[in-house]
Amino acid sequence: MADTSVLTRRHPLESRRAALEALVGDPAITLEPLVSAVDLRVDPDGGALDALAAALGGPLPTAVDTWTGIGDGEALRLGPDEWLLTSAGTDPHRWEDRVDSLAAPFGGMAVDVSAQRVALRLHGAHARELLASGCSIDLRPGRFGRGRCAQTLFGQAPVLLVAHADDDLHLFVRSSFSGYVADRLVDAAALR
Amino acid sequence: MTRVDGYGRIDRTRTLSFTFDGIVRTAHPGDTLASALLAQGVTTLGTSVRLGRPRGVLGSWTEDPCGLVQIEEPFPEPMLLATTVDVVDGLVARGVPGRGRLAEVADTARYDHRHLHCDVLVVGAGPAGLVAAREAARAGQDVVLVDDRPTPGGTLTGTEMIDGRPALEFVDAVAAELAAAPHVTHLQATTAFGHYDDGFVLALERCGEGSDPRQRVHRIRAGRVVVAAGAFERPIVFEDADRPGVMLASAARDLLHRHGVLAGRVVVVFTVDDSAYAAALDLHRAGAAVRVVDARAEAPAGWARRCADAGIVVEPGTDVRGTLGDDRVRAALVGEARREVPCDLLLVSGGWNPTAHLFSHVGGRLAFDDELVGFRPAGDLPGTAVVGAAHGTYALADVLREGAAATGSATDAPHAEPEEITPRGTLWRTPGDPARQFVDIARDATVADIARAVGAGMTSVEHVKRYTTIGTAHDQGKTSGILASGITAELLGRPVGALGTTTFRPPYTPVPFAALAGRDRGDLYDPVRTTPVHDRHVALGAEFEDVGQWKRARHYPRPGEDMAAAVLRECAAVRGAVGMMDGSTLGKIDVRGPDAGVLLDHLYTNLMSTLKVGRVRYGVMCGNDGMVFDDGTVLRLAEDRFLVTTTTGNAAHVLDWMEEWVQTEWPDLRVRLTSVTEQWSILAVAGPRSRDVIGRVFADVDVSNEAFGFMTWQDTELDGVPVRLARISFSGELAVEVTVASWYAADLWDRLLAAGEPWGITPYGTETMHVLRAEKGYPIIGQDTDGTVTPHDLGMAWAVSKKKTDFVGKRSFARPLNADPQRKHLVSLLPTDAATMLPEGSQIVDLPDDGLLPPPPVAMLGHVTSSYRSAELGRPFALALVRGGRDRVGEVVAVPVGDQLVAVEIGDTVLVDPEGARRDG
Repeated sequence: MADTSVLTRRHPLESRRAALEALVGDPAITLEPLVSAVDLRVDPDGGALDALAAALGGPLPTAVDTWTGIGDGEALRLGPDEWLLTSAGTDPHRWEDRVDSLAAPFGGMAVDVSAQRVALRLHGAHARELLASGCSIDLRPGRFGRGRCAQTLFGQAPVLLVAHADDDLHLFVRSSFSGYVADRLVDAAALR
Repeated sequence: MTRVDGYGRIDRTRTLSFTFDGIVRTAHPGDTLASALLAQGVTTLGTSVRLGRPRGVLGSWTEDPCGLVQIEEPFPEPMLLATTVDVVDGLVARGVPGRGRLAEVADTARYDHRHLHCDVLVVGAGPAGLVAAREAARAGQDVVLVDDRPTPGGTLTGTEMIDGRPALEFVDAVAAELAAAPHVTHLQATTAFGHYDDGFVLALERCGEGSDPRQRVHRIRAGRVVVAAGAFERPIVFEDADRPGVMLASAARDLLHRHGVLAGRVVVVFTVDDSAYAAALDLHRAGAAVRVVDARAEAPAGWARRCADAGIVVEPGTDVRGTLGDDRVRAALVGEARREVPCDLLLVSGGWNPTAHLFSHVGGRLAFDDELVGFRPAGDLPGTAVVGAAHGTYALADVLREGAAATGSATDAPHAEPEEITPRGTLWRTPGDPARQFVDIARDATVADIARAVGAGMTSVEHVKRYTTIGTAHDQGKTSGILASGITAELLGRPVGALGTTTFRPPYTPVPFAALAGRDRGDLYDPVRTTPVHDRHVALGAEFEDVGQWKRARHYPRPGEDMAAAVLRECAAVRGAVGMMDGSTLGKIDVRGPDAGVLLDHLYTNLMSTLKVGRVRYGVMCGNDGMVFDDGTVLRLAEDRFLVTTTTGNAAHVLDWMEEWVQTEWPDLRVRLTSVTEQWSILAVAGPRSRDVIGRVFADVDVSNEAFGFMTWQDTELDGVPVRLARISFSGELAVEVTVASWYAADLWDRLLAAGEPWGITPYGTETMHVLRAEKGYPIIGQDTDGTVTPHDLGMAWAVSKKKTDFVGKRSFARPLNADPQRKHLVSLLPTDAATMLPEGSQIVDLPDDGLLPPPPVAMLGHVTSSYRSAELGRPFALALVRGGRDRVGEVVAVPVGDQLVAVEIGDTVLVDPEGARRDG
């Protein structure tokens, strides 16, 4: 096993990519690229949000369970003082340093969680119906429209759902649970 | 054949073939097993559970207490109601003697779950439900309409007129309107079987035999729930009323209009309610000879006139006391004189019971209505409306108005002609022998049983139910429950309203376990969590074990090796050269903030705030009770930042525990906790040659003991990827834990394996890890502890700070019990024969002089917590919790193994390298 190749990022769902992409019909399920992500913890009332918005190129969501676009990533508000900030183009440790230094003056901090989760995209008119096979929250477009996100369960796995459009939803899942979630999605898609 | 032309909604152009009790028979699409059998004159389906009496069908739907069958094909299912089984080609069924049998083959059909959200859920697609759904849909609301019958319409027979046209045309028109409406989900063959708080309703959809899925549980969350579930007719109790051929009047009418089946040619109708007259007239019209016995003093004038016009004899003021017949009823015994009136079908109607189950499930109160002679919903429940017959409203025009008013306005209700209403009679039973008066036909329970319960002093219907088992069968007393209340009230001499009725609880009808399980079975039964290196373990032929939801590589057997051989080989490799283990499943928590050290001092028994940046410390966490609940290492990453590791199975619990303290007890601490369990993967490289392997892969790092000491960490890079190296050992050997972002873990695993080749690097699993740590006396929390073990019990007094003023668990250590020298201590056990493997969990007793286990009781000294074969020691050994164990080191005690008493010597926990020389290589 003489392996001298360079350390390479491996997508946790690489072995299931084919099975997911082989699904015919609606919705199409694809793997989102791996992105940098930090868990930001900061008091929302101390001016931190404005400072971060100015530096990161977009407003941070002010309501819990909503998201906004920032620069080349997204800001998802997970709780009263907790956000997930992603960036497609910044290196993980640089992303942590950057957000951390922006939050530090306000008593906030960022922790690198880039490799903690992967994201799947469900695209198609039946995306919400497929998710309803395992998600108990109200996914009707009127209740969970573009701009909403929610931490919930898919089957028995914790997931983070992000609504991009009526027919376009992203599902973040912890890497260790991603195989279970992918298998369950494939299973549910076969049952419709 | 009793099929009548011109009746029924079956498809007579197609013929299905099925087998019942070994005889091949035919049916038509739209038939139930019951209707198909009755159409061919089969009235006896099975025998009763206790007394073996013949059983037919009493009802025509889920209320039927007696028509139980065993399905054999397409898939074995026990005790289904013939009235609810749709005939499909190839159906094989037989009657059951009260009990069926579960399938002995695997069910290949699939069962599914789906979550549904709506503004309005309407349960029941009879006239009230259809109108309620229609009005809600017209108002633009999200509507879910479920109905347990295969087709909508409820109990409408088609003889009624709504808005000037036949009722079933109206039903079709509403169904078509709903189908065309956006935001309406209309599910037939779907039973709402449970109603819970906040508009949560569970419904079972039967998708059809051969469908995929076969059944689906809908988990519906509705803004409002409209219960329009109708009502069931109830019988009257008289002698031998359990005989096949005795049937509810509504059931005979339903069979005629739904299936074109005339259930008898010579019919006696026994009633105290007007509704049975409609059945009498319909059956007469279809060709039966009909006679009505009405226990009321006078027959209702309008119905009596119509009967007279048709030539139907009506006898008011008398009753039915019993039946004659062999299997099937041959005559009704009428009046006190028990006059024999020949018949092959005896219809009964004792009035109606509103199907208010879904109202009752959520705490709705039912009250007895004297005029209705039944229990109906009383009072309002927020978010729930009960309409139509379920509400005790039986006249069609009123039913339609209630349906419309539930979701819109009563003025929009469709029109139906008003009906003549005459007072209902109250009649639970007629005079006769209580031992032959069956109340619950499904349980063979009689009036005599109720009398026994009352005689035993019971005055509550709940007690009577449990004493007599009335209402506890598959039908949950749909026809018998209220009768039991009425008869109990009579026997007690109390009004039935004051006595009340038993509480309805989910499920409304039986639900298969397979449907409740849905897709949560097989590989999807529970999430399987895997590490980024999982595929490598698979490729290496690993056997896995479940740790929490994780799959962890347990050992890597080579061809021909069993677990014992593989583990001995892996242990020897680690102690002799180098091995590598995937430790990625360890819980990891990033603790940040100026007060991070303060928090950790509060939660660990030892001091963490004094740890220097760049160093690592082992720590123990206890609960309030001072018992160990987790342990792990703590790395100080910066002045204000620690990385805490937890045991694999306890990761989420420890984070919750820490968050609870921070949020509820010490909210002023400036500290934040972040789970990074899956962000970082840990590969443990252990063994005397681990320094060589690490040095080869990380050429820039000075791996000497002087530069890289035990319990320190340092950061480096590999191909530009940040990597953390930590000198942590869980084996006692020189070891380095290599941490990398999980994206790169699989590649790093490959790289380390390749680099270790010259030294024979050996992947090792959790079983080997357990042996290696046990040889060093390191406990596994949850294996060597059980929530009753203190750090002192584990010999870890050194890990309990005496300097700290307080920490979680400290106060409990001051309890006298904690100073008891007879507490159980963790010790090692060495079987003196150097050969016996002690089973984990074995008890430990004093060694008797004669070497024989004395008769019980025998004082237990403790038990074996861990037991392994040791490659290093060349013998089996064990860890155990032993009463006062540390003070008995060197003593020989005994462990019963099978019928042998094995002598074992108590020893110190550290069996390998007690000086600790190996950790530095």
